[in-house]
Amino acid sequence: MAKPIESVNEFVIKFANVNGSGSASANQMFAKAILRMGVPVTPRNIFPSNIQGLPTWYEMRVSEAGYMGARGGVDIMVAMNPQTWDQDVASIEPGGYLFYDSTKPMPRSKFRNDITVVGVPLTEICNREYTDARQRQLFKNIVYVGALSALLDMEAAVVEGLISEQFRGKEKLIEPNVKALHMGRDWAQKNLQCPLGIRLRRADKVGDRIFVDGNGAAGLGAVYGGATVCAWYPITPSTSLAEAFTRHCRKLRVDPATGKNRFAIVQAEDELASIGMVIGASWNGARAFTTTSGPGISLMQEFLGLAYFAEVPAVVFDVQRGGPSTGMPTRTQQSDIMSCAYASHGDTKHVLLLPEDPHECFTMGAQAFDLAERLQTPVFVMLDLDIGMNERLAAPFAWDDSRKLDRGKVMTEAELEAGKEFGRYLDVDGDGIPYRTYPGTHPTRGAFFTRGSSKDRYAKYTEEGRHYVDNVQRLLKKFETAKQLVPGPIARQARQPTRLGAIFYGSTSPAMAEALDRLAEQGVHLDTLRVRAFPFSREVEEFVAAHDRVFVVEQNRDAQLRALLTIECGIDPARLVPILQFDGSPITARFITEAIADKAAAAKVMPFRKVVS
Amino acid sequence: MTYLAKPKLHHPALPTNKLGFTRRDYEGAISTLCAGCGHDSISAAIIQAVFELDLPPHKIAKLSGIGCSSKTPTYFLGNSHGFNSVHGRMPSVLTGANLANRDLIYLGVSGDGDSASIGLGQFAHVMRRGVNMTYIVENNGVYGLTKGQFSATSDKGSASKKGLQNTDSPVDMVSMALQLGATFVGRSFSGDKTQLVPLIKAAIQHKGAAFLDVISPCVAFNNHAGSTKSFDYVREHNKELNRLDFITGRAEITVDYAPGTVEPVTQHDGSVIFLRKLDAGYDVHDRIAAMNVLQERQSAGEIVTGLIYLDPEPEDLHAHLATVDAPFNTLTEKELVPGAAALAKINAASR
Ligand SMILES: Cc1ncc(C[n+]2csc(CCOP(=O)(O)OP(=O)(O)O)c2C)c(N)n1
Ligand code: SF4
Ligand SMILES: [Mg+2]
Repeated sequence: MAKPIESVNEFVIKFANVNGSGSASANQMFAKAILRMGVPVTPRNIFPSNIQGLPTWYEMRVSEAGYMGARGGVDIMVAMNPQTWDQDVASIEPGGYLFYDSTKPMPRSKFRNDITVVGVPLTEICNREYTDARQRQLFKNIVYVGALSALLDMEAAVVEGLISEQFRGKEKLIEPNVKALHMGRDWAQKNLQCPLGIRLRRADKVGDRIFVDGNGAAGLGAVYGGATVCAWYPITPSTSLAEAFTRHCRKLRVDPATGKNRFAIVQAEDELASIGMVIGASWNGARAFTTTSGPGISLMQEFLGLAYFAEVPAVVFDVQRGGPSTGMPTRTQQSDIMSCAYASHGDTKHVLLLPEDPHECFTMGAQAFDLAERLQTPVFVMLDLDIGMNERLAAPFAWDDSRKLDRGKVMTEAELEAGKEFGRYLDVDGDGIPYRTYPGTHPTRGAFFTRGSSKDRYAKYTEEGRHYVDNVQRLLKKFETAKQLVPGPIARQARQPTRLGAIFYGSTSPAMAEALDRLAEQGVHLDTLRVRAFPFSREVEEFVAAHDRVFVVEQNRDAQLRALLTIECGIDPARLVPILQFDGSPITARFITEAIADKAAAAKVMPFRKVVS
Repeated sequence: MTYLAKPKLHHPALPTNKLGFTRRDYEGAISTLCAGCGHDSISAAIIQAVFELDLPPHKIAKLSGIGCSSKTPTYFLGNSHGFNSVHGRMPSVLTGANLANRDLIYLGVSGDGDSASIGLGQFAHVMRRGVNMTYIVENNGVYGLTKGQFSATSDKGSASKKGLQNTDSPVDMVSMALQLGATFVGRSFSGDKTQLVPLIKAAIQHKGAAFLDVISPCVAFNNHAGSTKSFDYVREHNKELNRLDFITGRAEITVDYAPGTVEPVTQHDGSVIFLRKLDAGYDVHDRIAAMNVLQERQSAGEIVTGLIYLDPEPEDLHAHLATVDAPFNTLTEKELVPGAAALAKINAASR
């Protein structure tokens, strides 16, 4: 028998449930209770593409040290789903704990002898107390939260407080829920040795951080970014972004005087129509966005090329999931990088923003609209399921009230009236960005024809090669300008000077932070650069140049960001070592640590020839 | 604009409208379509209609898809913004544009391939949503721009110029528009300007989804014997329901007609259409009857033209979405950005 794991405030607890059993809100309450005790917790929903009856898991990384990435392995398994019992029991770390409903006796062979088994007769307790089947089911969830609260030494008052908050407005439900909580808690205290080797202790590591999901944050970002038109088509895992925008608009965007809406949300017939509406609205001077995932990006390709070539702003939130095709709709990946960066036929390139957490989903969600209008081009905000659909501790949202929406270069009626020259595709400022006019600005000046076919600087149709080249070269210049406007990368230096570097982005961030600590303990030191946007700014090229080997950590099979680095920056691919996890689960610190340690060790045996000194 | 090739020298005697514009001020660049193309006649009818309605040209936005028909917005209303989008997707772009600024007039121009083949889905949904627009399909029963393939409105049994027989059933866009909830539906013929111009005027004044199917022969690829969209065929099989004699603003009704032959129809904005009935029993306000008449006449081999259906109290997408009166593109951070205080509350509720 392995020694039972002993740990305070550092562990992984996973709940195995049946989809539709009402466990989600109980599990969430459990997570919040830990947070209220000042201990950081990072939950992740693992769910199938199905509505009812199939297994779901809710995994919580509890870490006073503040690690928020998926760790890998499970210390306490709350096995509430007989269907997945075997795999759930097998996933427990040696010395870990199995919590289960002991109402029905289980054969010995169904357990392991290197773990601690904690049985609570949940069904029996509930059947004794409740007669209604639905009540038995729902309260069972609260009863196990109660039992766990005793086993982990949680403060009962904290959970009680959360129950009253959850049922505010439905006060009648508070008392029975508190009662169910105590049934579980009392049973455990009377019959089991509490606490377990793993337990909680009040700390102060949460601070003023908020606990929000990335989709919700991005939807709020769109409100603050001044978006008025949202056209979308439902698709996991992006749906909750449009829903969040709707919810926030109903509170924040209704004209108090008339009760009318300062927003229009259209559920389109498909993603082609979604992006078409966004382009039409943006062309006409409103801020508009759509939200989608990989299959939607595939459908939008032709329109994205139009927006690029005709220079119409558009904001696209892509909450990435496992591809290709329908792929793994409820699993996470960073696999749309290429299809967004070069969306559509012909020579195209697009701006991508790469948020790491809900805080950046908010800031980049708002900033995307400024960038799209400043650059008159589509801007993609690349979330993924891991940050989009899970609640995460993040720095509180912030807003500077003196901030103005940057509407970009728009020629006004007064300027046209004063005789200012207008050429829709004329590069007056040398930054590749021309002026546009909104339809209806002036009776006789500033009207032009927007088209996806080739045109000269005055928007006149032409098939002459020199005009075409002139125009697409200007588009490249504009893309250069974009490098200075997009959020720059964030560098972190290793504790010791090193020739090794690592580049990562998006939801890989928390796992990377933890992996760096583990690697440093093993004597592997890495400078890192978190890339926050495409096109890459000079700092990205300089970072690669300053290191012999750079690991590029991603959650896709084909090392897509690495490919972009080699294509766009002309970097020798041999210097960029791919570190890839793409099985649909969020990347873990364990995986990154092992993969990098391995490759770094191999590199020591056979020293690299320095390409750049 | 520099691309307007036509000389803008106004003849002093050219008639002007109430805004002081001549018909010339509503023209566009010189057409590059085939001489005699029906689409050019429709452009001329649009110019005439907008001129007669005394509309400021820059307050109209013209949107189209791809095709010979979709090129035509370059050839009319040169002082209006235009958007030549992608094949079959004009309706979504128009919907977005309309949401951004409810104060402009939206003119969607499309072809039968653009709207009934590749774009059938978007055509259907823009009608369902009741977007306030005038949607004109320049219907030649053929793909003109790609040189003569059948489109989805080609009649079953009609022959292509190369002698191929079309074996597929046609899409009737008028019936579809009726079924999908368009609140103004008409059909006309590019060769009949006196019928077409008032129909366009009435459609523009309509505050909802107005659909006009305009049969517009393609002289290059679909004007031969055996085509059901040729000038001769359409003239021979035309079944006119009514004529819109003229439209007034809020002017008084002063003209007398023999009772039963003329019906004054008041639109929501107060304008009045005088409907001269050719088919005395036909009621333009009865959607179901309209559908029946269409089916009946169609099976008798006739092409029904005129104002087919009109809802005098239409509702549009803005009404459905309860949007503010001010165009979205005039709203600033003051109206749109909730500010730091609201954000602090959201933060507090997220702990
Ligand atoms: C996605 C896409 N597929 C095919 C084409 C080629 N194409 C251009 S116009 C057209 C047909 C146009 O037919 P219609 O709308 O009837 O216009 P017409 O030329 O007859 O006025 C086609 C197939 C295209 N532009 N885009
Ligand atoms: S090909 Fe047909 S539709 Fe196109 S311009 Fe010529 S006549 Fe008109
Ligand atoms: Mg056609």
